[in-house]
Amino acid sequence: MKVALALCCAGWLAASGPVRAEEAKPEAKPVKLTTTADHGKFKQLQKTFDSGPEVTKACLECHTEAAGQIHRTKHWKWEFLNPETKQTLGKKTVINNFCISIASNYASCTSCHVGYGWKDANFDFAKQENVDCLACHDTTGNYKKPPGFAGNPVTKDTEFPPGSGKIIKGIDLAKIAQKVGKSSRDTCGACHFNGGGGDGVKHGDMDSSLAAPTKDIDVHMDAEGLDFTCGTCHKTSSHDVAGSRYTPTAKDDKGVQVRGKAGSGNPATCVACHDNAPHKKEPRLNHHATKIACQTCHIPTYARGGIATKMTWDWSTAGKRDADGKHIVKKDAKGRITYESRKGDFTLAENVKPEYAWFNGNVQYTLLTDKIEKTEQRTQINKMGGSPSDGKSMIWPMKVFRGSQPYDPVNKSLITPHTAGNDDTGFWKNLDWDKAIPVGMQDSGAPYSGKFDFIKTEMSWPITHMVAPKDKALGCVECHARDGRLTGIQGVYLPARDNNRLVDTAGWAIVFLTLLGVIGHGTLRIVTARKH
Amino acid sequence: MSERIYVFKRFERFWHWSQAALIIFLMLTAFDIHGTYTIFGFEKAVAYHTTAAWTLIGLWVFAIFWHFTTGEWKQYIPTTEKVVAMMKYYLVGIFKHAPHPFRLTTLRKHNPLQRLAYLFILVCVGPLLWITGGLYLFYDKWAAWGLGGLSLEWVATGHTIGAFMMLAFLIAHVYLTTAGHTPTAHIKAMITGWEEVD
Repeated sequence: MKVALALCCAGWLAASGPVRAEEAKPEAKPVKLTTTADHGKFKQLQKTFDSGPEVTKACLECHTEAAGQIHRTKHWKWEFLNPETKQTLGKKTVINNFCISIASNYASCTSCHVGYGWKDANFDFAKQENVDCLACHDTTGNYKKPPGFAGNPVTKDTEFPPGSGKIIKGIDLAKIAQKVGKSSRDTCGACHFNGGGGDGVKHGDMDSSLAAPTKDIDVHMDAEGLDFTCGTCHKTSSHDVAGSRYTPTAKDDKGVQVRGKAGSGNPATCVACHDNAPHKKEPRLNHHATKIACQTCHIPTYARGGIATKMTWDWSTAGKRDADGKHIVKKDAKGRITYESRKGDFTLAENVKPEYAWFNGNVQYTLLTDKIEKTEQRTQINKMGGSPSDGKSMIWPMKVFRGSQPYDPVNKSLITPHTAGNDDTGFWKNLDWDKAIPVGMQDSGAPYSGKFDFIKTEMSWPITHMVAPKDKALGCVECHARDGRLTGIQGVYLPARDNNRLVDTAGWAIVFLTLLGVIGHGTLRIVTARKH
Repeated sequence: MSERIYVFKRFERFWHWSQAALIIFLMLTAFDIHGTYTIFGFEKAVAYHTTAAWTLIGLWVFAIFWHFTTGEWKQYIPTTEKVVAMMKYYLVGIFKHAPHPFRLTTLRKHNPLQRLAYLFILVCVGPLLWITGGLYLFYDKWAAWGLGGLSLEWVATGHTIGAFMMLAFLIAHVYLTTAGHTPTAHIKAMITGWEEVD
């Protein structure tokens, strides 16, 4: 018994030895490796905030230049002058074939503006405290800007729409402000995953599956692998995010962007990291890469994360009511909305093969001021420039979104209807185009004849996200085939897709005649052999 | 009474049959690449076609060396002698069991029509296939080699023309193997080296 006790004691002493040695060291302070500041310790943030601008004022006490930087960006202005086409673009101005336009619908649309209070055309873009820091720097996931509040968060429980009985819970801005950090896939995604009014609706290559994707969905953003955030590629400089849908870089021949190297190329291209000749084992593919965008082979399909993207939207069927005069909502077997009285008919799809086109980065928008004709051909909301011979184009994958939307057949222009809004003229409330269109057109400052019709449109979205691992890239036969993916692409000779018809016809004729000749000759020999 | 002469030496027979196998395999993969049918699929067909082409080039290096060191290259020198007689034989005589106008020896193992046909393959079809095929294989290097003005379409079309000519040749060639002393005499000779002659 004594022996056993002694052994136990010895064991305990031996075991406790190293522990005591560790205790003797000074305690290592747990640190966050992503930031040098714990915002929870800042006095400015230890208070109750009733509104967004109050938080911004606190931020600006230290980050004195931040609002000024934001004020210069597209994210703030929603305005962009395309230096090549001289078109004034930006969300403020462009029209699409999803929810169409923001004019007269500000309070709803601006829930995705990096600002507070843009409720109509008179928004003060010069006010520093109107900048919303939290939209991009929230790390808690609790920051919400519900549609209808002009980009303001709701800090007290609020019934919305008024009289509906639905309560939007207020959020505690102090808690959020005390935990601010770098932007993340979640903060960018809060708006960009939901473009077009819902998860994955607009882009097809961006949806909430990218918040924590598997390697198969995106090899770079793979949450258990490279774990890129949006900002890893879309590297910001003075709060200006690199990359553009208005002036995309279709062909990047500048090679890798080395630190210190002069030139202001787009850091978000594939080439900016991978160079122009990244296929070390198969140099032939580098030659492919002189005419084919990386995305064409490396993004075999989009909407791969289990979230469907909208492919078509027919506004012309909107406005129907059921027998009781109520709004109709139809869903497919998977519970996805395929018809809504407010919006019309939709089709959705997952794992979509892109369409392909020569693209040189030049995008010409059809704006409210442009004349359009209703013809057999769809009106292009954005004309994608490009040709096999201009030396600037590459073959790009595109999501082509097709729809039917209101237009003015007398003035021959597109229409910006008033859709969102809890008022009598909002189409989504009262389903009356005759009320919704004049209000929307007036807000846009555009003439309206009083007559409307629907016009078929299409809009192209270059596909660039959801890059698959290399073993999932397109195989040769996807394009090198009679009816492959590049069937309509002109200007390149594609073995297996292309052939010289004359040569093939003449060739097979010669082969056939030779065969016929030898068969005839042989038969004759057999016949004559019998006679002898 | 027939006699037997030794026409095809060991290397020659090896060359012939391995070349035959490679060319048939090249044809098989060629029309797969061309999109005529799918056996291996484009990607594998290209890989196999390329490997077979390089193997054939290797074989040719040996064959050319062999032909020059043994003097056998002379077998391909064209002659007009008895060409008409050969044509008459194939068109008429063969059906009447007329005697073969050409008597082969170890020094003249190809009949005059054969010589012409092989020479045509050697100086026209072969080079067309090798040049266009080589360019095809290295098309990513054209610009670096100063050949940036070449059109893949023309190179590919030239290669296809060569392929059709080779296929037509192959059909006629295979058939004419039966036109010897007995239907199987030529084939046996190509296997054993010994040919029965009248």
